[in-house]
Amino acid sequence: MTTATSSLGASASSQSRLIALACAALLGVFLVGFTGFSHIEAVHNAGHDYRHSMAFPCH
Amino acid sequence: MTLFRNVVLVAAVAGLVAGIILAAIQSFATVPLILQAEVFESSGGGNHHDAAAAPAAEQAAPAQEPAAAEEEEGWGPADGFERFAYNVLANSVSGIGFALLLVVASEFAGGIAGWRQGIFWGMGGFAVFTLAPGLGLPPELPAMPAADLAARQVWWITTVVATGAGLALIAFRRSIVAAVIGVALIIAPHLIGAPQPDSFESPIPEALHHQFVVAVTLTNLVFWLVLGMAVGVVRGKVTGTATGLRDSFA
Repeated sequence: MTTATSSLGASASSQSRLIALACAALLGVFLVGFTGFSHIEAVHNAGHDYRHSMAFPCH
Repeated sequence: MTLFRNVVLVAAVAGLVAGIILAAIQSFATVPLILQAEVFESSGGGNHHDAAAAPAAEQAAPAQEPAAAEEEEGWGPADGFERFAYNVLANSVSGIGFALLLVVASEFAGGIAGWRQGIFWGMGGFAVFTLAPGLGLPPELPAMPAADLAARQVWWITTVVATGAGLALIAFRRSIVAAVIGVALIIAPHLIGAPQPDSFESPIPEALHHQFVVAVTLTNLVFWLVLGMAVGVVRGKVTGTATGLRDSFA
């Protein structure tokens, strides 16, 4: 797995790179958490079939 | 912040593609089974939603009460097209979310170079997000008994994090000690055990549930393979053609 063709952000220093990736990961966690784990009822009902189909804990 | 922009761009395109494909497959593979189960649910038999958790949750009673009461009145999409549309929306949003996690994780290991490598990363995502949590908490149909929701969510998230960390230790740290710790991390959540309901008595026929477990597992496998391949392809477009090896470890 070390055969990447090139980096997605070539100019970034290693620290800003880490921050950028952490921000992106956080956004991902938020999106998955919101659709799959939110206890807001309307969100639960809207994503009901999705939650069951993804085997997220539901109800 | 070109890196952030590019990660989001790759994840958005790949996640959208994989999410919409998943929603399309779900509409004939899993949703019809959910609708069948809802017939058992509404016919009054069995454990409607949080009712199953109620006896176990008596210690934590206040939090459970409103959940049980709100089921009758809450807004939900109308059956048919509206329900399908919301399912597509939910799958697209979470597809992008999973794609972000996949892209970030793979960038730490140098990035997914092409669709073939994407398949392996997809299998990793499938193991982390579907297989591992599904062992302790198999996909549930409506009306099935289940333990307290929050407890299951905590176990689910813990299992995903531990399995992901374990796989990473095995794959990217070339030492036997790391590999042993990795295996231990993968096994540990199952030794602790997922929260289980007090009673497994269910109005849902065993055959229907089994069919659902298989359908969910396979649809998720397809989703993760498509997602991994899509990330590999889209990433290639964003970075342009191969410009030589680059150490992109942070």
